[in-house]
Amino acid sequence: MKIKDLCDALSLEVVAGNTDNEFSNVYVGDFLSRAMTKVKPEKLWITIMANTNVIAVASLTDAPAVLLAEGVKLQEEALEAAKENGICVLSSNEDAYSLCLAIGKLLRE
Amino acid sequence: MSDILKFHFDVDGSDFSSAGEASVLVKKKLRQLGYPADIIRKVSIAMYEGEINMVIHAGGGSADVEVHEKEIVIILTDEGPGIPDISLAMQEGYSTARDNIRVLGFGAGMGLPNMKKYTDYMDVKSEVGKGTTVTMKVFL
Repeated sequence: MKIKDLCDALSLEVVAGNTDNEFSNVYVGDFLSRAMTKVKPEKLWITIMANTNVIAVASLTDAPAVLLAEGVKLQEEALEAAKENGICVLSSNEDAYSLCLAIGKLLRE
Repeated sequence: MSDILKFHFDVDGSDFSSAGEASVLVKKKLRQLGYPADIIRKVSIAMYEGEINMVIHAGGGSADVEVHEKEIVIILTDEGPGIPDISLAMQEGYSTARDNIRVLGFGAGMGLPNMKKYTDYMDVKSEVGKGTTVTMKVFL
């Protein structure tokens, strides 16, 4: 599924980057060492962490996008890093569980 | 191809926001050089974890990456407090990171275990009060 289509379907805010990537799976987690080994190029990463280290992990793992849940705002420095590294960052007021339910439904359609 | 490519990075121990920069640069270089994605992934994970460890525990240090014909070698050196019990530190879930580190998303006790798991060779030499040197190899 295209990130762009996900944004349209769930009214996600695009905080940084472009939405051209595709994904077919999701990883949810906030511990960066765990995310480092679990996020993959096909896995959208849902987290409530919003610091620059999240951008580094997303960049290293080739995450198709980072989706910040619960209305978390990306820190200014992280926003700059996301732009510089071309990382797609999205935002939603929903929590991770609600997002997973909605995304799971979309991926099954 | 007998030439060895070498990269050296000073890892700033005072700035969490820049932690990971060296790993991201190495990843970009390896990608430019056309190495396979699984090799790049292993090097990225191992180096990032090592870099973060140096920032969390040792006040920074240095990272050297050597790209040989048959292996990529990562050497991380710091002059931090050292690791009193390496086998304990190697256990998944064991962490001495403080709460101010955990709120940033670190301190899961996965750093050293990840470094071991995602490399083909790892050696940790540490002396309490003197520092730590971690040597990792990813075979090509």
